[in-house]
Amino acid sequence: MTAPIAKRSKAQFEGYRAARWPEPVVTQMGCPGRRGVVFEEAPTPELPKGAARKTAPALPEITEHDALRHYLHLSQMTLGMMGVSLFGTCTMKYNPRIGERAALKHLADLHPLQHPDTLQGVLELYDNFSDFLCEVSGMDQFVFQAGGGADAAYTHACVTRAYHASRGELEQRDQIITTIQTHPCSPATANTAGFEVITLSLEENGYPSVEQLKSVVGPRTAALMVNNPDDMGIYNPDIKEWVDIVHAAGGLCFYDHANFNGVMTRLRARELGFDACMYMLHKTFGAPKGGGGPAVGAYGCAEHLVPFLPGPLVVKEGARYRLDDDRPESIGRVREFWGNAPQVLKAYAWARAMGAEGLREAADLSVLANNYMDHRLAQVRGVSRSNPGIDAPRMEMTRHSVEQVAAETGCSIFEISMRMTDFGIDALWLSHEPLLVPEPFTPEAGELWSKEDIDYWIDVLEHVIEEAYATPDVVKGAPHNAPIRQLTTALDEPDQWATTWRAYERKHGQRMAAE
Amino acid sequence: MPEDDLKRPRRLGLLVNPVAGLGGPMGEKGSDAPDIAARAEAAGRAGQAGARAARALAAFRRASEAPILAGPLPPETRAALDGEVETLDLGPTAQGRAETLAAVAAMAERVDLILFAGGDGTARDVAEANRAGLPVIGIPAGVKMHSGVFARSPERAGRIAAEFLAARTPRTDLVEILDIDEEARRAGQLSARIYSVARTPATRGERQNPKAGGGDMLADLDAALAGYVAGMVEETLYILGPGTTMAALKARIGGGTLLGVDLAEGPRITARDLSEDDLLERIPPGRPVRVVLTVVGGQGFVLGRGNQQISARVLERAGRPPIDVVCSAEKLAGLTPPELTIDTGDPALDAQLSGYWPITTGPGRKQVVRVVA
Repeated sequence: MTAPIAKRSKAQFEGYRAARWPEPVVTQMGCPGRRGVVFEEAPTPELPKGAARKTAPALPEITEHDALRHYLHLSQMTLGMMGVSLFGTCTMKYNPRIGERAALKHLADLHPLQHPDTLQGVLELYDNFSDFLCEVSGMDQFVFQAGGGADAAYTHACVTRAYHASRGELEQRDQIITTIQTHPCSPATANTAGFEVITLSLEENGYPSVEQLKSVVGPRTAALMVNNPDDMGIYNPDIKEWVDIVHAAGGLCFYDHANFNGVMTRLRARELGFDACMYMLHKTFGAPKGGGGPAVGAYGCAEHLVPFLPGPLVVKEGARYRLDDDRPESIGRVREFWGNAPQVLKAYAWARAMGAEGLREAADLSVLANNYMDHRLAQVRGVSRSNPGIDAPRMEMTRHSVEQVAAETGCSIFEISMRMTDFGIDALWLSHEPLLVPEPFTPEAGELWSKEDIDYWIDVLEHVIEEAYATPDVVKGAPHNAPIRQLTTALDEPDQWATTWRAYERKHGQRMAAE
Repeated sequence: MPEDDLKRPRRLGLLVNPVAGLGGPMGEKGSDAPDIAARAEAAGRAGQAGARAARALAAFRRASEAPILAGPLPPETRAALDGEVETLDLGPTAQGRAETLAAVAAMAERVDLILFAGGDGTARDVAEANRAGLPVIGIPAGVKMHSGVFARSPERAGRIAAEFLAARTPRTDLVEILDIDEEARRAGQLSARIYSVARTPATRGERQNPKAGGGDMLADLDAALAGYVAGMVEETLYILGPGTTMAALKARIGGGTLLGVDLAEGPRITARDLSEDDLLERIPPGRPVRVVLTVVGGQGFVLGRGNQQISARVLERAGRPPIDVVCSAEKLAGLTPPELTIDTGDPALDAQLSGYWPITTGPGRKQVVRVVA
């Protein structure tokens, strides 16, 4: 199936075929009496009355060997999160395995309810990392409680509420301003916190004008929540003026640093005037995400917002650290305990290993890599760039479109993306909604991938687009080499699909009995 | 174009449908009724098509000296041309629709672009007679203008025509000629039907996008509409525009018309399907008024398309009331360029209304969009 690709790096994915093991799900694999390790005298667990089951759970009876082989096969049927995954806005990075070892070694035996005197090491780590990020952002204090970027945005919406309430202006200030290209978690969390959301539209320069902002800023303005650069790759150079305008009206300014990779060490949110900002440790700071572990949205703010931060805060007194939970103006908690401590540790290890110079080099590399991609993608048939008339430099990612390919071949970006999985490429990141660019895709190379990897990714895209023109049915029927084929029914058919075995049995019990 | 044609200077074909747009201010859904001209005359109304064509030609002449071959022209259009125009002789029998068909047929191989003033009905006629496949650009002058051939304003139509005739390699796009499907309309669905396709000068953002089709966007807006209804106050008079989004709003307060302009006093509809005159009659001086509108399809029009009853005079009578626009974020995202358009027929009022408007897109959500004349 895999046709030769010009300029293809021969070393990788040659003749790629995903493993496709014809195995039933594990619940169907059992055979009575098969066991893993059998203990002669297994102790009966001490459980409260009522917690013990009356009947045994319907688990499959399989050997240890069967189980290992089954899960090995399943893992072979994934792309493994180690492919060339230029997943825009997600800032895909290698997650150093030493971070896993460090988290296991230093945190596995700790509990946040231990006396702080016995937690000095992890408290020091939190304090040091806060200092590190304060240096990066210019803020005065960081907290790591939020369990992701949206949770950190929600933290800001709550801090905004508490700040204006403390000044007796909450009734009046009921609007949060954002932009159409700011990630949807900002408007969503602003709504959740009870604010009305005012979204600014893009204009000729690729971002909303100062005049547009001025048209909505006023006594009702509670805050501005934006990211910059946006996913189209364009940096809004008026941002300092924006902050001044919102401040003059009495609002707060929050910098969502989801797209921080291209500007690391090149700007500080506080120096631009922002009152608060957020970093995603599971993206920009090298900690794993998705299947690799939970996330952390590190939220930082300037001194005037510190009283409202969720607690407890790590406080240094002399050479000792303690947890300060006696903070009457705090918004309370946005997550249990101190957030996902193992991820904080992994990100801290990554940040310390990188250092200031490493961060700067990574930022420069990610901008360079994106501009290299942009240059090559411009030569791919039928691919266009968002804001084609704007010559502003693109930062660490750029949104592109296959609108022309779709018009000329009938192959949509979804089908092109699925066909790319036939070459071991993760399905593309398209765009947040609503789609401002038709048939969009948004690759981001970051600092990780080699030129060969990036070239391979573009070679595959180029090849698939040529296929779309020559043999569109191959693209439309993809994937062909992946572990699974295209679904023929919609996933939102509740009668057909089940996410647990028990639900499957309930929905398909009659048919199964008949078979 | 044929090789030998390159030797003669490029020529513009000009056509004005004098009855286009007459039905709008009378509360009609178009000007297709055979007796529309007679009824308009009885009501003392003059068509706007001639004047709008004159505006387009003024813009055209600022950028081009190309010769013009025209069908029969209303006096105000002729005045704008200063006499420098060649007129087709169509004989005495051609009138109304037949006149349009005959003029277009006669322009074959004699012009390089047809600039016409009218609405969707005129566009359909032009496309039908345009066997030569000449590029076409429309001056918006009708009630319904869903077709992709219409520029967003008369001035833009003139400018596009001038640029097209001057271009070294003029490029065209294929666009649909749409009209409201009368059958679907009777069944209560606002759907534009495609009647044919035409070639039109390729531009970016200068033409109206063909009206974006169906989709169930009402569900997204339902909560927003509920919120709007909850905020309606008794002493205020609400002028409610046409469209499916507005119909959903109207359904919440007693039920109204899909394609008509209705009136509500507080959260209660009190009059339906009103003409411009009906509206003028029903706006008592001093009473607070709000106008509630939605965006018309993919064209980005909030005033001046399908809701001409809410005219400049009506807005003046109501004391230039606040205008609330409700539209889904998806529809706004489809606008190219990302702006909305108004065309009340009064350029001074249009200029005054232009600016940044907050559009309600959902519960607790507004999107700011630039509104241009």
